[in-house]
Amino acid sequence: MHLTKEEEKIMQGEYGPTLQKAMEILVALGDIYGADELIPIKSAQIAGVSYKTIGDAGLEWISSLEGKVRVPSILNPAGMDLEKWSEMGISQNFARKQNEIIKIYENLGIRSECTCTPYYLKGFQLNMGDHVAWSESSAVSYANSVIGARTNREGGPSALSAALIGKTGNYGFHLDENRVPAVSVRVESNLKGSDYGALGYVAGKMISNRVPLFFLSSRPEPDELKALGAAMAASGSVALYHVDGVTPEISHMQFEMPDEIITIEKEQIQGVYESTSELKSVCDIIALGCPHCSPAELEEIADLLDGRKLKKELWICTSREIAEKYSHIVDAIEESGAKVVCDTCMVVSPASENYECMAVNSGKAFNYVPGMCRVKARYASIEECIEEAGDSN
Amino acid sequence: MIPIRIQCRSISKGTGEGIALVSHDPISFLGNVDPETGIIVDPDHELYGKCIRDTVLIFPSGKGSTVGSYVLYQLKKNGFAPAGMINLESEPIVAVGAIISDIPLVDRPDIDIYETIKDGDFLKVNGIEGYIEITDKI
Repeated sequence: MHLTKEEEKIMQGEYGPTLQKAMEILVALGDIYGADELIPIKSAQIAGVSYKTIGDAGLEWISSLEGKVRVPSILNPAGMDLEKWSEMGISQNFARKQNEIIKIYENLGIRSECTCTPYYLKGFQLNMGDHVAWSESSAVSYANSVIGARTNREGGPSALSAALIGKTGNYGFHLDENRVPAVSVRVESNLKGSDYGALGYVAGKMISNRVPLFFLSSRPEPDELKALGAAMAASGSVALYHVDGVTPEISHMQFEMPDEIITIEKEQIQGVYESTSELKSVCDIIALGCPHCSPAELEEIADLLDGRKLKKELWICTSREIAEKYSHIVDAIEESGAKVVCDTCMVVSPASENYECMAVNSGKAFNYVPGMCRVKARYASIEECIEEAGDSN
Repeated sequence: MIPIRIQCRSISKGTGEGIALVSHDPISFLGNVDPETGIIVDPDHELYGKCIRDTVLIFPSGKGSTVGSYVLYQLKKNGFAPAGMINLESEPIVAVGAIISDIPLVDRPDIDIYETIKDGDFLKVNGIEGYIEITDKI
Protein backbone atom coordinates (compact mmCIF):
# COMPACT_ATOMS: atom_id res chain seq x y z
CA MET A 1 0.00 0.00 0.00
CA HIS A 2 1.25 3.47 -0.86
CA LEU A 3 1.69 5.77 2.15
CA THR A 4 2.25 9.51 2.01
CA LYS A 5 5.30 10.99 3.77
CA GLU A 6 3.08 12.12 6.63
CA GLU A 7 1.53 8.66 6.97
CA GLU A 8 5.05 7.14 6.99
CA LYS A 9 6.01 9.44 9.84
CA ILE A 10 2.97 8.34 11.85
CA MET A 11 3.92 4.71 11.13
CA GLN A 12 7.47 5.34 12.40
CA GLY A 13 6.08 6.65 15.69
CA GLU A 14 6.92 10.33 15.27
CA TYR A 15 3.47 11.29 16.60
CA GLY A 16 3.44 8.89 19.54
CA PRO A 17 2.50 5.28 20.18
CA THR A 18 -1.30 5.61 19.90
CA LEU A 19 -1.24 6.97 16.35
CA GLN A 20 1.55 4.54 15.45
CA LYS A 21 -0.59 1.56 16.51
CA ALA A 22 -3.61 3.04 14.76
CA MET A 23 -1.62 3.39 11.54
CA GLU A 24 -0.22 -0.14 11.89
CA ILE A 25 -3.76 -1.49 12.17
CA LEU A 26 -4.97 0.42 9.09
CA VAL A 27 -1.93 -0.67 7.07
CA ALA A 28 -2.20 -4.33 8.15
CA LEU A 29 -5.88 -4.44 7.17
CA GLY A 30 -5.11 -2.58 3.95
CA ASP A 31 -2.46 -5.18 3.12
CA ILE A 32 -4.76 -8.10 3.97
CA TYR A 33 -7.51 -6.74 1.70
CA GLY A 34 -5.31 -5.31 -1.04
CA ALA A 35 -5.85 -1.54 -0.53
CA ASP A 36 -3.73 0.77 -2.71
CA GLU A 37 -3.90 3.76 -0.32
CA LEU A 38 -5.67 5.37 2.61
CA ILE A 39 -8.68 7.60 1.87
CA PRO A 40 -10.24 10.33 4.06
CA ILE A 41 -13.45 9.51 5.93
CA LYS A 42 -16.32 11.77 6.91
CA SER A 43 -17.15 10.07 10.22
CA ALA A 44 -16.56 7.00 12.35
CA GLN A 45 -18.89 4.85 14.42
CA ILE A 46 -17.10 2.75 16.97
CA ALA A 47 -18.12 -0.67 18.30
CA GLY A 48 -16.70 -2.20 21.44
CA VAL A 49 -18.70 -0.14 23.93
CA SER A 50 -20.79 -2.53 26.03
CA TYR A 51 -18.85 -3.82 29.02
CA LYS A 52 -20.75 -7.07 28.42
CA THR A 53 -19.00 -7.54 25.07
CA ILE A 54 -15.50 -6.05 25.53
CA GLY A 55 -14.98 -6.94 29.20
CA ASP A 56 -11.88 -5.98 31.18
CA ALA A 57 -9.65 -6.86 28.22
CA GLY A 58 -11.19 -4.21 25.98
CA LEU A 59 -11.39 -1.69 28.81
CA GLU A 60 -7.69 -2.14 29.46
CA TRP A 61 -6.78 -1.60 25.81
CA ILE A 62 -8.82 1.56 25.24
CA SER A 63 -7.48 3.05 28.48
CA SER A 64 -3.95 2.77 27.05
CA LEU A 65 -4.80 5.18 24.18
CA GLU A 66 -4.04 8.90 24.03
CA GLY A 67 -4.95 11.84 21.81
CA LYS A 68 -8.10 12.92 20.00
CA VAL A 69 -10.08 11.63 17.04
CA ARG A 70 -9.78 13.63 13.81
CA VAL A 71 -13.30 13.18 12.42
CA PRO A 72 -16.76 13.23 14.04
CA SER A 73 -17.01 9.94 15.91
CA ILE A 74 -19.80 8.26 17.79
CA LEU A 75 -20.35 5.05 19.76
CA ASN A 76 -22.29 1.84 19.34
CA PRO A 77 -24.87 0.93 22.03
CA ALA A 78 -23.60 0.42 25.57
CA GLY A 79 -24.73 -2.27 28.01
CA MET A 80 -27.20 -0.02 29.83
CA ASP A 81 -29.20 3.19 29.75
CA LEU A 82 -26.54 5.61 31.00
CA GLU A 83 -29.09 7.42 33.16
CA LYS A 84 -31.77 4.86 34.08
CA TRP A 85 -29.48 1.85 34.57
CA SER A 86 -30.65 0.96 38.05
CA GLU A 87 -34.29 0.82 36.85
CA MET A 88 -33.14 -1.74 34.30
CA GLY A 89 -31.76 -4.05 36.98
CA ILE A 90 -28.09 -3.39 36.16
CA SER A 91 -25.56 -4.09 38.93
CA GLN A 92 -23.46 -1.30 40.44
CA ASN A 93 -20.25 -3.02 39.40
CA PHE A 94 -21.37 -3.27 35.77
CA ALA A 95 -22.50 0.37 35.79
CA ARG A 96 -19.15 1.52 37.18
CA LYS A 97 -17.20 -0.34 34.47
CA GLN A 98 -19.60 0.83 31.74
CA ASN A 99 -19.25 4.47 32.82
CA GLU A 100 -15.48 4.07 32.85
CA ILE A 101 -15.55 2.87 29.23
CA ILE A 102 -17.74 5.82 28.16
CA LYS A 103 -15.45 8.29 29.95
CA ILE A 104 -12.37 6.91 28.17
CA TYR A 105 -14.03 7.31 24.77
CA GLU A 106 -15.15 10.84 25.68
CA ASN A 107 -11.56 11.73 26.57
CA LEU A 108 -10.54 10.65 23.08
CA GLY A 109 -12.94 13.26 21.68
CA ILE A 110 -15.66 10.79 20.76
CA ARG A 111 -19.27 11.82 21.20
CA SER A 112 -20.73 9.66 23.96
CA GLU A 113 -24.06 9.08 22.23
CA CYS A 114 -24.43 5.28 22.03
CA THR A 115 -26.56 4.19 19.09
CA CYS A 116 -26.81 1.75 16.21
CA THR A 117 -28.64 4.41 14.12
CA PRO A 118 -26.16 7.30 13.90
CA TYR A 119 -27.60 8.24 10.50
CA TYR A 120 -30.55 9.93 12.26
CA LEU A 121 -28.29 12.24 14.24
CA LYS A 122 -26.88 15.66 13.60
CA GLY A 123 -23.33 15.50 12.28
CA PHE A 124 -23.64 11.87 11.16
CA GLN A 125 -26.12 12.13 8.32
CA LEU A 126 -24.63 10.86 5.08
CA ASN A 127 -24.93 11.47 1.38
CA MET A 128 -24.47 9.10 -1.50
CA GLY A 129 -20.79 8.44 -2.15
CA ASP A 130 -19.51 9.55 1.27
CA HIS A 131 -16.75 7.37 2.70
CA VAL A 132 -17.02 6.47 6.40
CA ALA A 133 -15.70 3.86 8.85
CA TRP A 134 -18.67 2.48 10.74
CA SER A 135 -18.84 -0.67 12.85
CA GLU A 136 -22.35 -1.63 13.71
CA SER A 137 -23.55 -4.14 11.14
CA SER A 138 -27.05 -2.69 10.65
CA ALA A 139 -25.70 0.88 10.43
CA VAL A 140 -23.14 -0.32 7.87
CA SER A 141 -25.92 -1.94 5.87
CA TYR A 142 -28.13 1.19 6.06
CA ALA A 143 -25.28 3.54 5.09
CA ASN A 144 -24.21 1.38 2.14
CA SER A 145 -27.63 0.32 0.89
CA VAL A 146 -30.30 2.86 1.80
CA ILE A 147 -28.06 5.95 1.54
CA GLY A 148 -25.45 4.77 -0.98
CA ALA A 149 -22.52 5.86 1.22
CA ARG A 150 -19.47 3.61 1.46
CA THR A 151 -18.16 1.68 4.45
CA ASN A 152 -16.75 -1.69 5.31
CA ARG A 153 -17.97 -3.43 8.45
CA GLU A 154 -15.26 -2.24 10.82
CA GLY A 155 -14.29 -3.91 14.08
CA GLY A 156 -13.97 -1.77 17.22
CA PRO A 157 -10.20 -1.22 17.03
CA SER A 158 -10.18 -0.61 13.26
CA ALA A 159 -12.98 1.99 13.46
CA LEU A 160 -11.18 3.67 16.34
CA SER A 161 -7.93 3.66 14.36
CA ALA A 162 -9.71 5.20 11.39
CA ALA A 163 -11.19 7.87 13.69
CA LEU A 164 -7.78 8.74 15.16
CA ILE A 165 -6.09 8.93 11.74
CA GLY A 166 -9.14 10.31 9.89
CA LYS A 167 -8.69 7.76 7.10
CA THR A 168 -9.36 4.17 6.16
CA GLY A 169 -7.93 1.69 3.66
CA ASN A 170 -9.33 1.90 0.15
CA TYR A 171 -10.68 -1.64 -0.18
CA GLY A 172 -13.90 -3.63 -0.02
CA PHE A 173 -17.08 -1.58 -0.22
CA HIS A 174 -15.15 1.65 -0.86
CA LEU A 175 -14.52 0.35 -4.40
CA ASP A 176 -17.09 0.33 -7.25
CA GLU A 177 -16.30 -3.24 -8.30
CA ASN A 178 -17.28 -4.71 -4.93
CA ARG A 179 -20.68 -2.99 -4.90
CA VAL A 180 -22.27 -4.76 -7.89
CA PRO A 181 -24.95 -7.36 -7.15
CA ALA A 182 -23.85 -11.02 -7.08
CA VAL A 183 -27.25 -12.68 -6.63
CA SER A 184 -30.86 -11.77 -7.42
CA VAL A 185 -33.62 -12.32 -4.87
CA ARG A 186 -37.26 -12.36 -5.99
CA VAL A 187 -40.15 -11.94 -3.59
CA GLU A 188 -43.60 -12.04 -5.17
CA SER A 189 -45.74 -11.66 -2.05
CA ASN A 190 -46.72 -8.32 -0.55
CA LEU A 191 -44.77 -7.42 2.56
CA LYS A 192 -45.39 -5.02 5.40
CA GLY A 193 -43.59 -3.99 8.61
CA SER A 194 -41.92 -6.90 10.37
CA ASP A 195 -42.27 -9.06 7.23
CA TYR A 196 -39.13 -7.28 6.06
CA GLY A 197 -37.20 -8.39 9.15
CA ALA A 198 -38.44 -11.95 8.58
CA LEU A 199 -37.42 -11.76 4.92
CA GLY A 200 -33.96 -10.51 5.94
CA TYR A 201 -33.64 -13.31 8.48
CA VAL A 202 -34.40 -15.92 5.79
CA ALA A 203 -32.41 -14.24 3.01
CA GLY A 204 -29.28 -13.60 5.11
CA LYS A 205 -28.82 -17.33 5.71
CA MET A 206 -28.91 -17.99 1.95
CA ILE A 207 -26.83 -15.04 0.82
CA SER A 208 -24.04 -15.14 3.44
CA ASN A 209 -21.67 -12.23 2.61
CA ARG A 210 -22.66 -11.57 -1.01
CA VAL A 211 -24.36 -8.46 -2.43
CA PRO A 212 -28.02 -9.21 -3.28
CA LEU A 213 -30.32 -7.34 -5.64
CA PHE A 214 -33.94 -7.61 -4.51
CA PHE A 215 -36.96 -7.52 -6.79
CA LEU A 216 -39.93 -6.85 -4.52
CA SER A 217 -43.65 -6.58 -5.29
CA SER A 218 -44.22 -4.05 -2.53
CA ARG A 219 -42.31 -0.82 -2.07
CA PRO A 220 -40.50 -0.68 1.30
CA GLU A 221 -40.27 2.46 3.45
CA PRO A 222 -36.87 3.45 4.91
CA ASP A 223 -37.74 1.86 8.29
CA GLU A 224 -38.64 -1.37 6.54
CA LEU A 225 -35.33 -1.29 4.65
CA LYS A 226 -33.61 -0.75 7.99
CA ALA A 227 -35.25 -3.92 9.34
CA LEU A 228 -34.39 -5.91 6.20
CA GLY A 229 -30.73 -4.90 6.26
CA ALA A 230 -30.31 -5.40 10.02
CA ALA A 231 -31.69 -8.94 9.82
CA MET A 232 -29.52 -9.89 6.82
CA ALA A 233 -26.41 -8.57 8.54
CA ALA A 234 -27.20 -10.76 11.54
CA SER A 235 -28.33 -14.08 10.04
CA GLY A 236 -25.78 -13.66 7.24
CA SER A 237 -23.10 -11.03 6.92
CA VAL A 238 -24.65 -8.89 4.21
CA ALA A 239 -23.15 -5.36 4.37
CA LEU A 240 -24.70 -4.01 1.16
CA TYR A 241 -27.89 -4.83 -0.73
CA HIS A 242 -29.85 -3.20 -3.50
CA VAL A 243 -33.60 -3.07 -4.12
CA ASP A 244 -34.64 -2.59 -7.72
CA GLY A 245 -36.38 0.75 -8.18
CA VAL A 246 -35.89 1.72 -4.51
CA THR A 247 -32.30 2.04 -3.25
CA PRO A 248 -30.33 4.90 -4.81
CA GLU A 249 -27.21 3.32 -6.24
CA ILE A 250 -28.60 0.57 -8.43
CA SER A 251 -30.13 2.87 -11.04
CA HIS A 252 -26.74 4.54 -11.67
CA MET A 253 -24.75 1.35 -11.76
CA GLN A 254 -23.29 -0.51 -14.74
CA PHE A 255 -23.56 -4.23 -14.07
CA GLU A 256 -24.52 -7.59 -15.50
CA MET A 257 -27.60 -9.25 -14.08
CA PRO A 258 -26.44 -12.02 -11.68
CA ASP A 259 -26.79 -15.61 -12.92
CA GLU A 260 -28.10 -16.91 -9.63
CA ILE A 261 -31.71 -16.14 -8.76
CA ILE A 262 -33.20 -17.01 -5.38
CA THR A 263 -36.98 -16.93 -4.95
CA ILE A 264 -38.35 -16.48 -1.46
CA GLU A 265 -41.94 -17.57 -0.96
CA LYS A 266 -44.56 -16.17 1.40
CA GLU A 267 -44.48 -19.47 3.36
CA GLN A 268 -40.78 -19.03 4.17
CA ILE A 269 -41.42 -15.55 5.58
CA GLN A 270 -44.50 -16.79 7.45
CA GLY A 271 -42.37 -19.62 8.82
CA VAL A 272 -40.29 -17.20 10.87
CA TYR A 273 -43.38 -16.13 12.82
CA GLU A 274 -44.72 -19.68 13.08
CA SER A 275 -41.44 -21.26 14.20
CA THR A 276 -41.79 -19.67 17.64
CA SER A 277 -45.55 -19.11 17.98
CA GLU A 278 -45.75 -21.76 20.72
CA LEU A 279 -43.66 -19.42 22.94
CA LYS A 280 -46.49 -16.90 23.13
CA SER A 281 -47.59 -17.95 26.61
CA VAL A 282 -44.10 -17.87 28.17
CA CYS A 283 -42.97 -14.43 26.95
CA ASP A 284 -42.34 -12.19 29.94
CA ILE A 285 -40.87 -9.20 28.09
CA ILE A 286 -41.44 -7.44 24.80
CA ALA A 287 -38.60 -5.41 23.29
CA LEU A 288 -38.91 -3.10 20.28
CA GLY A 289 -36.31 -0.84 18.67
CA CYS A 290 -33.67 -3.09 17.15
CA PRO A 291 -32.16 -1.17 15.41
CA HIS A 292 -32.96 1.93 17.49
CA CYS A 293 -36.36 3.47 16.72
CA SER A 294 -36.74 6.30 14.24
CA PRO A 295 -39.15 9.15 15.12
CA ALA A 296 -41.75 7.53 12.85
CA GLU A 297 -41.44 4.20 14.65
CA LEU A 298 -41.79 5.88 18.06
CA GLU A 299 -44.92 7.57 16.83
CA GLU A 300 -46.38 4.29 15.58
CA ILE A 301 -45.70 2.64 18.95
CA ALA A 302 -47.27 5.57 20.83
CA ASP A 303 -50.39 5.24 18.67
CA LEU A 304 -50.63 1.49 19.21
CA LEU A 305 -50.16 1.90 22.98
CA ASP A 306 -52.76 4.62 23.28
CA GLY A 307 -55.41 3.59 25.83
CA ARG A 308 -53.67 0.35 26.81
CA LYS A 309 -52.80 -0.86 30.26
CA LEU A 310 -49.53 -2.76 30.32
CA LYS A 311 -49.49 -6.29 31.73
CA LYS A 312 -45.94 -7.24 30.71
CA GLU A 313 -42.58 -5.48 30.68
CA LEU A 314 -42.16 -3.51 27.43
CA TRP A 315 -38.92 -1.85 26.34
CA ILE A 316 -38.57 0.52 23.43
CA CYS A 317 -34.96 1.19 22.47
CA THR A 318 -33.84 4.38 20.77
CA SER A 319 -31.03 6.91 20.78
CA ARG A 320 -30.91 9.60 23.44
CA GLU A 321 -30.91 12.45 20.91
CA ILE A 322 -34.11 11.19 19.27
CA ALA A 323 -35.77 10.52 22.67
CA GLU A 324 -34.97 14.06 23.81
CA LYS A 325 -36.01 15.67 20.55
CA TYR A 326 -39.35 13.82 20.54
CA SER A 327 -39.91 13.88 24.30
CA HIS A 328 -43.69 14.37 23.87
CA ILE A 329 -43.90 10.99 22.07
CA VAL A 330 -41.70 9.38 24.72
CA ASP A 331 -43.96 10.75 27.45
CA ALA A 332 -47.02 9.34 25.66
CA ILE A 333 -45.35 5.92 25.40
CA GLU A 334 -44.25 5.88 29.03
CA GLU A 335 -47.73 6.80 30.20
CA SER A 336 -48.73 3.20 29.44
CA GLY A 337 -45.98 1.90 31.72
CA ALA A 338 -43.59 1.01 28.89
CA LYS A 339 -39.92 1.97 29.28
CA VAL A 340 -38.16 4.00 26.62
CA VAL A 341 -34.58 2.85 26.97
CA CYS A 342 -31.70 4.89 25.51
CA ASP A 343 -28.00 4.20 24.82
CA THR A 344 -28.47 0.43 24.79
CA CYS A 345 -30.59 -2.43 23.48
CA MET A 346 -31.98 -5.85 24.32
CA VAL A 347 -29.05 -7.60 22.63
CA VAL A 348 -26.08 -5.90 24.33
CA SER A 349 -27.55 -5.25 27.79
CA PRO A 350 -27.16 -7.88 30.53
CA ALA A 351 -30.57 -6.72 31.82
CA SER A 352 -32.19 -9.01 29.19
CA GLU A 353 -30.82 -12.04 31.03
CA ASN A 354 -33.36 -11.47 33.84
CA TYR A 355 -36.16 -12.72 31.57
CA GLU A 356 -37.19 -16.07 30.18
CA CYS A 357 -38.62 -15.26 26.78
CA MET A 358 -38.61 -12.07 24.74
CA ALA A 359 -41.06 -11.12 21.98
CA VAL A 360 -39.37 -9.07 19.24
CA ASN A 361 -40.35 -7.59 15.88
CA SER A 362 -36.73 -7.51 14.67
CA GLY A 363 -34.98 -10.19 12.64
CA LYS A 364 -31.69 -9.03 14.09
CA ALA A 365 -32.82 -9.32 17.73
CA PHE A 366 -34.50 -12.64 16.89
CA ASN A 367 -31.16 -13.90 15.60
CA TYR A 368 -28.98 -12.72 18.50
CA VAL A 369 -31.10 -12.78 21.70
CA PRO A 370 -31.07 -16.58 22.21
CA GLY A 371 -27.27 -16.89 21.85
CA MET A 372 -26.07 -13.66 23.40
CA CYS A 373 -28.59 -13.35 26.25
CA ARG A 374 -29.58 -17.02 26.76
CA VAL A 375 -33.20 -15.88 26.50
CA LYS A 376 -35.77 -17.48 24.19
CA ALA A 377 -37.03 -15.22 21.43
CA ARG A 378 -40.39 -15.08 19.69
CA TYR A 379 -40.90 -13.30 16.38
CA ALA A 380 -44.06 -11.23 16.01
CA SER A 381 -45.39 -8.17 14.21
CA ILE A 382 -45.37 -4.84 16.02
CA GLU A 383 -49.17 -5.04 16.45
CA GLU A 384 -48.91 -8.51 18.02
CA CYS A 385 -46.07 -7.37 20.26
CA ILE A 386 -48.12 -4.48 21.61
CA GLU A 387 -51.18 -6.72 21.93
CA GLU A 388 -49.11 -9.08 24.05
CA ALA A 389 -47.72 -6.25 26.18
CA GLY A 390 -51.03 -4.78 27.26
CA ASP A 391 -54.82 -4.91 27.10
CA SER A 392 -56.83 -2.08 25.68
CA ASN A 393 -59.16 -0.42 28.13
CA MET B 1 21.70 -26.98 12.66
CA ILE B 2 21.78 -24.28 10.02
CA PRO B 3 18.62 -22.20 10.46
CA ILE B 4 15.97 -22.74 7.76
CA ARG B 5 14.49 -19.41 6.71
CA ILE B 6 10.92 -19.22 5.37
CA GLN B 7 9.73 -15.98 3.76
CA CYS B 8 6.35 -14.66 4.91
CA ARG B 9 4.32 -11.46 4.86
CA SER B 10 4.65 -9.16 7.85
CA ILE B 11 1.39 -8.37 9.64
CA SER B 12 2.38 -7.35 13.19
CA LYS B 13 5.84 -5.98 13.91
CA GLY B 14 8.41 -7.19 16.46
CA THR B 15 10.36 -10.39 16.90
CA GLY B 16 9.81 -13.41 19.10
CA GLU B 17 11.01 -16.95 19.56
CA GLY B 18 9.71 -20.12 21.12
CA ILE B 19 8.66 -23.71 20.67
CA ALA B 20 6.23 -24.43 17.83
CA LEU B 21 2.65 -25.36 18.69
CA VAL B 22 0.86 -26.43 15.52
CA SER B 23 -2.91 -26.30 14.95
CA HIS B 24 -4.71 -27.28 11.77
CA ASP B 25 -7.92 -25.83 13.22
CA PRO B 26 -8.61 -22.09 13.09
CA ILE B 27 -8.70 -20.37 16.49
CA SER B 28 -11.44 -18.20 17.95
CA PHE B 29 -9.64 -16.42 20.77
CA LEU B 30 -13.00 -15.55 22.32
CA GLY B 31 -14.25 -18.92 23.52
CA ASN B 32 -11.40 -21.25 22.51
CA VAL B 33 -8.75 -19.80 24.84
CA ASP B 34 -8.87 -19.02 28.56
CA PRO B 35 -7.33 -15.52 28.96
CA GLU B 36 -6.38 -16.27 32.58
CA THR B 37 -4.28 -19.35 31.80
CA GLY B 38 -3.54 -19.41 28.07
CA ILE B 39 -5.04 -22.91 27.86
CA ILE B 40 -7.23 -24.02 24.94
CA VAL B 41 -10.53 -24.85 26.63
CA ASP B 42 -12.73 -25.93 23.71
CA PRO B 43 -12.98 -29.76 23.86
CA ASP B 44 -13.54 -29.92 20.10
CA HIS B 45 -10.32 -28.05 19.31
CA GLU B 46 -7.22 -29.87 18.13
CA LEU B 47 -5.13 -28.10 20.81
CA TYR B 48 -7.60 -28.83 23.67
CA GLY B 49 -5.80 -28.73 27.02
CA LYS B 50 -2.57 -27.24 25.60
CA CYS B 51 -1.13 -23.93 26.79
CA ILE B 52 -0.17 -21.33 24.17
CA ARG B 53 2.03 -19.29 26.55
CA ASP B 54 5.43 -18.37 25.07
CA THR B 55 4.93 -20.70 22.08
CA VAL B 56 5.13 -19.82 18.41
CA LEU B 57 1.53 -20.59 17.59
CA ILE B 58 0.81 -21.84 14.07
CA PHE B 59 -2.81 -21.89 12.87
CA PRO B 60 -4.50 -21.34 9.51
CA SER B 61 -6.45 -18.22 10.50
CA GLY B 62 -8.59 -16.64 13.19
CA LYS B 63 -12.36 -16.93 13.35
CA GLY B 64 -15.31 -15.98 15.52
CA SER B 65 -16.06 -12.80 17.44
CA THR B 66 -14.06 -9.61 16.95
CA VAL B 67 -13.78 -9.49 20.76
CA GLY B 68 -11.02 -12.07 20.16
CA SER B 69 -8.66 -9.14 19.46
CA TYR B 70 -9.10 -7.94 23.05
CA VAL B 71 -8.63 -11.48 24.38
CA LEU B 72 -5.16 -11.51 22.79
CA TYR B 73 -4.45 -8.21 24.54
CA GLN B 74 -5.63 -9.68 27.84
CA LEU B 75 -3.45 -12.80 27.34
CA LYS B 76 -0.46 -10.52 26.81
CA LYS B 77 -1.23 -8.43 29.92
CA ASN B 78 -1.67 -11.61 31.97
CA GLY B 79 1.62 -13.05 30.70
CA PHE B 80 0.03 -15.96 28.81
CA ALA B 81 0.38 -14.77 25.21
CA PRO B 82 2.27 -16.65 22.54
CA ALA B 83 5.76 -15.32 21.69
CA GLY B 84 4.81 -15.13 18.04
CA MET B 85 2.13 -16.33 15.61
CA ILE B 86 2.11 -17.70 12.06
CA ASN B 87 -1.04 -17.88 9.92
CA LEU B 88 -1.61 -19.24 6.47
CA GLU B 89 -3.85 -16.22 5.86
CA SER B 90 -4.39 -13.61 8.58
CA GLU B 91 -7.82 -12.05 9.06
CA PRO B 92 -8.67 -8.85 10.96
CA ILE B 93 -9.44 -10.34 14.41
CA VAL B 94 -6.01 -11.91 14.91
CA ALA B 95 -4.16 -9.19 12.94
CA VAL B 96 -5.64 -6.39 15.08
CA GLY B 97 -5.22 -8.42 18.27
CA ALA B 98 -1.55 -9.07 17.50
CA ILE B 99 -0.84 -5.41 16.70
CA ILE B 100 -2.48 -3.97 19.83
CA SER B 101 -0.73 -6.63 21.96
CA ASP B 102 2.75 -6.35 20.42
CA ILE B 103 2.78 -9.99 19.36
CA PRO B 104 4.78 -10.59 16.15
CA LEU B 105 2.56 -12.07 13.42
CA VAL B 106 3.38 -13.19 9.88
CA ASP B 107 1.27 -14.95 7.26
CA ARG B 108 1.49 -16.47 3.76
CA PRO B 109 4.62 -18.59 4.36
CA ASP B 110 6.15 -19.45 0.99
CA ILE B 111 6.38 -23.20 1.69
CA ASP B 112 4.01 -25.71 3.29
CA ILE B 113 4.73 -25.12 6.97
CA TYR B 114 2.57 -28.04 8.07
CA GLU B 115 5.06 -30.29 6.21
CA THR B 116 8.15 -28.50 7.47
CA ILE B 117 7.35 -27.57 11.07
CA LYS B 118 6.36 -29.98 13.85
CA ASP B 119 5.32 -29.43 17.46
CA GLY B 120 8.45 -28.79 19.55
CA ASP B 121 10.64 -27.29 16.79
CA PHE B 122 12.30 -24.05 17.90
CA LEU B 123 11.27 -21.05 15.81
CA LYS B 124 12.06 -17.36 15.44
CA VAL B 125 9.38 -15.04 14.08
CA ASN B 126 10.49 -11.78 12.52
CA GLY B 127 7.45 -9.57 12.00
CA ILE B 128 9.53 -6.59 10.93
CA GLU B 129 11.08 -8.13 7.84
CA GLY B 130 8.49 -10.86 7.41
CA TYR B 131 10.12 -14.27 7.83
CA ILE B 132 10.39 -17.20 10.20
CA GLU B 133 13.42 -19.33 11.00
CA ILE B 134 13.55 -22.91 12.21
CA THR B 135 16.61 -22.89 14.46
CA ASP B 136 16.23 -26.34 16.04
CA LYS B 137 14.35 -29.47 14.95
CA ILE B 138 13.02 -31.90 17.50
